[in-house]
Amino acid sequence: MTAAATIRIQEADFDIAQEIAALTKGRSDVGAVVTFSGICRGDENGEPIAALTLEHYPGMAEAEIKRHTDEAMSRWPLTGLTVVHRVGRITPGENIVLVLAASQHRQAAFQAAEFLMDYLKANAPFWKREESQKGTSWIEARGHDDAAAARWTKS
Amino acid sequence: MKVKYFAWVRERIGISEEMVEPPAGVRTVDDLIGWLSTRGETYAYAFEKPKVIRAAIDHTHVKPDAMISGAREIAFFPPMTGG
Repeated sequence: MTAAATIRIQEADFDIAQEIAALTKGRSDVGAVVTFSGICRGDENGEPIAALTLEHYPGMAEAEIKRHTDEAMSRWPLTGLTVVHRVGRITPGENIVLVLAASQHRQAAFQAAEFLMDYLKANAPFWKREESQKGTSWIEARGHDDAAAARWTKS
Repeated sequence: MKVKYFAWVRERIGISEEMVEPPAGVRTVDDLIGWLSTRGETYAYAFEKPKVIRAAIDHTHVKPDAMISGAREIAFFPPMTGG
């Protein structure tokens, strides 16, 4: 049986090396760690932005992420999984989200990480508001995130 | 039951959460959106495009035809932009 996933929602930044070390320390069975980190870009739709503010639904965000890490753990042979999602005000260049997948061999880690990101984008209850010279506005969801999540549906 | 609002749904209505007691005829999420829209201009504005609104009952995504009876908490929000 695989370990439980680490899921955190926090305002503070995360230390990627530290999070990777937590998945590998003291273990000799981890052959692969795949890291995805999402970063705040300096523009949205071609327009420069000053910052993003992330709102979330406390309680549901954790529950929804856990549903997806549970599914990843059951679909792939993973030794560990970490998801950290920041909330609050984030400026260009800063980290927003981290997904780490660890396994004996690389295929499971690559696939689990991509699966989790596709599902986070489509289903996790977070909302981004951008600040720019024009003021603040809510970023609109894009249909292709739903399409990306849909391709993981088992037939 | 408790109703929570997020993102621009919350901004348009002006509150983040409230307790409501919908009448007997309000059975589904869609019915609830319709009933909430009658409570005032701010609600009508928030729900002016009901197809855009997403809902969750007790922390689980639900479809517009989901039954609301027994729900402790219902949340309304725009399509998500996390990750």
